[in-house]
Amino acid sequence: MTSDHASMTSDHPVDIDRQVRIYITVFVALMILTIVTVAVSYLHLPMAMAVTVALVVAAVKGSLVACYFMHLIAEKKLIYAVLVLTVVFFVVLLALPVLTHSNGYWIDE
Amino acid sequence: MDIPYTVEVRRDTGLTNGKIGIWLFLASEVMLFGALFASYILIRAGSPSWPRGDTILNVPLATFNTIVLILSSVTMVMAWASLMRHRFGTFRIYMGATILLGFVFLVVKYFEYGHKIHLGLYPSSGNFFAVYYTLTGLHMHHVIGGMAVNAWLWGPGAKLWKTNPVWFTNRVEHSGLFWHFVDLVWIFLFPTLYLL
Repeated sequence: MTSDHASMTSDHPVDIDRQVRIYITVFVALMILTIVTVAVSYLHLPMAMAVTVALVVAAVKGSLVACYFMHLIAEKKLIYAVLVLTVVFFVVLLALPVLTHSNGYWIDE
Repeated sequence: MDIPYTVEVRRDTGLTNGKIGIWLFLASEVMLFGALFASYILIRAGSPSWPRGDTILNVPLATFNTIVLILSSVTMVMAWASLMRHRFGTFRIYMGATILLGFVFLVVKYFEYGHKIHLGLYPSSGNFFAVYYTLTGLHMHHVIGGMAVNAWLWGPGAKLWKTNPVWFTNRVEHSGLFWHFVDLVWIFLFPTLYLL
């Protein structure tokens, strides 16, 4: 293998040893947050609070996976542009039921 | 004709074609799962009553599967890191572990579904099970798809390492992006279906 292999590999001419240490740290964080998610469910919090806690913890876990395992923490602008567009459409998609709900359309049916 | 920009970066995008391709595919996947999540919210909010997931589903099994998937994401990224360090043997071990962990996830899922079916609980058994089987079933198919690609990269596809190691490394990274996405979806499915 050529010595410039790593630097040629498109987007990641980075210190892999440092990356690996980060992966292990993220793994530990994900394990702790999984335990937190399950432990909180045994507290039987009120539904609104339970949903909030579960989604916040899931969002933190998801962000860790996306940022570090999927390398989004240091990605090219075009990927960010694609993802911003995706997030906009995703939010609209999730907002549709809420908007319908506020009209009371399917509640009154 | 050779596939362009598999190794070298396109000047206009700053990326290889494979990288932008997999991210566009993942964007479409976000919309697919997003539509199903939106449906879940709509059905649940519109339902006069909805059971808590942990009163019906097996939380310890699902917690175990969550740990399995997270672990498989680590082995996947370590497989890619091994190639970046030019250690093909280590890549094989980590990639093999990733495939094996995917298999463990499916075995647990088999027992979980089997138990529900044994109790006569099918997708037609109500809104809860319709949502449960649809979301976890689609996710399970993604696990199978990811395992198939990873198995190919572990086996016959690994020949590319000898002729074009950079291209092979990029392929493993792109397969990894899909695998991490599957993990990410489960991170949201687990609390919303099993714990709330």
